[in-house]
Amino acid sequence: MRDVACVGAGMTIFSRRLKETGKEMCFEAVRMALDEAGLELKDIDTVVCGSAPDAFDGIHMKGENLLDGCGGAKKTYMRVFTGGGTGVLAPIAGWWHVASGVSDVCMVICEEKMSSCFPHPQSAFGHIWDPILERPIQPNLVWIFAMEMNRYMHVHNIKKEDIALVSVKNKGNALDHPSAQLAAKITVDDVLNSEVMAWPVQRLDISPPSDGAAALIFAAGDKVGPITDNPVWVEGVGWCIDSTMWTNRDLYFPQYVAKAAKMAYKMAGIHNPFKEIDVAEPYDPFDYKELHHMEGLLLCKKGEAANLTREGVTQRDGDLPTCPSGGLLGVGNPIAATMGVKAGEIYWQLAGKAGKRQVPDARTGVCQAWGDLMQYGSVMVMRS
Amino acid sequence: MTFIDRIERPEDFRHWFGDMEAQYVYTSGVAGDKFFTALKKGKFLGTKCDQCGKVYVPPRMYCEECFKALTEWIDIPNKGIVDTYTVVHVDRDENLLETPEIRAFIRMEGTDGGLVHKLDVPAEAVKIGMPVKAVFKKEKEREGRITDILYFAK
Amino acid sequence: MEKYPGEALSSKKMKEVTHEKWNPRVKYAWSCGEAMSRFLNELKKGKLIGRKCHSCGKIYFPPAMFCKFCFKPTDEWVYLPDTGKVMTYSISYLDMHANRIEEPILVGVIDIDGASENMGIMHYFGEMSPDDLTFGMKVKAVWKPEGERTGSVTDIKYFKPLEGSE
Repeated sequence: MRDVACVGAGMTIFSRRLKETGKEMCFEAVRMALDEAGLELKDIDTVVCGSAPDAFDGIHMKGENLLDGCGGAKKTYMRVFTGGGTGVLAPIAGWWHVASGVSDVCMVICEEKMSSCFPHPQSAFGHIWDPILERPIQPNLVWIFAMEMNRYMHVHNIKKEDIALVSVKNKGNALDHPSAQLAAKITVDDVLNSEVMAWPVQRLDISPPSDGAAALIFAAGDKVGPITDNPVWVEGVGWCIDSTMWTNRDLYFPQYVAKAAKMAYKMAGIHNPFKEIDVAEPYDPFDYKELHHMEGLLLCKKGEAANLTREGVTQRDGDLPTCPSGGLLGVGNPIAATMGVKAGEIYWQLAGKAGKRQVPDARTGVCQAWGDLMQYGSVMVMRS
Repeated sequence: MTFIDRIERPEDFRHWFGDMEAQYVYTSGVAGDKFFTALKKGKFLGTKCDQCGKVYVPPRMYCEECFKALTEWIDIPNKGIVDTYTVVHVDRDENLLETPEIRAFIRMEGTDGGLVHKLDVPAEAVKIGMPVKAVFKKEKEREGRITDILYFAK
Repeated sequence: MEKYPGEALSSKKMKEVTHEKWNPRVKYAWSCGEAMSRFLNELKKGKLIGRKCHSCGKIYFPPAMFCKFCFKPTDEWVYLPDTGKVMTYSISYLDMHANRIEEPILVGVIDIDGASENMGIMHYFGEMSPDDLTFGMKVKAVWKPEGERTGSVTDIKYFKPLEGSE
């Protein structure tokens, strides 16, 4: 297996609706990544496209439709898709193309255009349900996340006030991110007083639907030299999925994230994640998810993530800066394109290019994504 | 009654019926918006790559080959050539059409692109390479969509 | 701060730029398979049915023709009571299209009695106020009258608090 490093990244702004077509968004992100790496399209031999359901953009075979905007025409190409897990699974797919020897320099591009779906992207989610057991109940996706949040709060006796601190932190962190859709200085009271959507989920607990695209370039170890003297190495990858029968599981702990994390840590030689990791980007489509995933990533004991947050450990100047980008809560949630604030952010942090968001002395980072019906975990560990 | 046993009462087996409810609104994009806004006025626009010389119709924001942003917009005359065509006998739901219709790929002259549209020429008279031009709807009926062109004809 | 690419549109502007609309017309007839066909037929009769694996002893609800732990066919149909415990719940002010509603929908996962641990289904709660909902609460199904049942999970209207329990 070859060594693989990330050598460039790019992303569009995240917005509730962008004028660009999916292809145009892909071009913008890929061009920005190529410019950062000082490369041209002819230097790329393989393209991996990550994009979640065709039902959002409303274009069947979306991966094929986006192709030319991804720079993939007449190249080795693959589309990968694991719902919300795509944001880290796509860079993992880029990694395996290079690590296996199939590719020397691989472009990973993720895109999502949720604004095409009317009356609301929720309608596209309608097709994720089991047609016999779940659709007749006419569920809203927010319900099931609310049920997971409720179970988590109940098992560990966690208060909403502590969970709301995550939303306050991330939306505040996003003020320093050029792509941010919902950056704001808010308070815990703002969160607790916001509109109840499906209790215990309130409006300021959730990330918005977004349009956006993000790109990362991966190169084989022996090709990195001429490109950059500041590569960020992929040290560990892991991915794991649980069954769609989510009503047959206890939702308080994401076992599938823990399995993916163990796989990645083993490969990276990490034995004490809390001590050895300098910066973390767990998936945060909801504020409680950052806590849920910190525990799934084995960064702390079960039920303890809220304490760490309350004590300021996860702030940018804390012992374990978590979601310094502002995450999905602050920057936006264009499903697969969240790669920009997960794998992309860890790359920029470890390369020292995170600007105002920079965590000092960040050498080892972990990013994680989560998808489908609360079943998918993808994890990547990087080192500079 | 498991995978390995014969099914004795097929009438016990059911289907569940449903459909995909969704509505979509697709923006034509940054380049597309300029193209369709011009089309509404009865004009064609293309973008040209100053590196490889390719002229894109419909115009694109980027050159697919050189992968640079395209900023040069040019007027494209309403002159096309039939590049290929098909004679359609059934509609989308496979109902027989009263009169067969022609759908063609029209290459716009002087460009590397073209449009797929209806060709208002009798099936026996269509020839690959024949020159055609777009016939537009009345100006006040145009909406900034590909259907602002009624059809291509001689 | 540097500017990243992208042109944002307001909801109003989205209607003004050139665009195309599309409503897909797609219909489906999903095969229920052996387990779900029996499950639905039993619901029409006002009963809940599960399926047991003799190797590991797990009782699946909803029923499944294969055991996902032993990865072999399951062996026996088992009737289950229509009572259970609240595993988790939510009080929703949104309907399935994300429209706001006045009266909240009470929904949750109910672990059915007699099935193995964590064998739940999602359903509504009724005949209770949002404040009555608690974890572990005992509930019972309220069925539609026989003539109205069609063989669907909605043959159960909702789960209500079980009489005689706390």
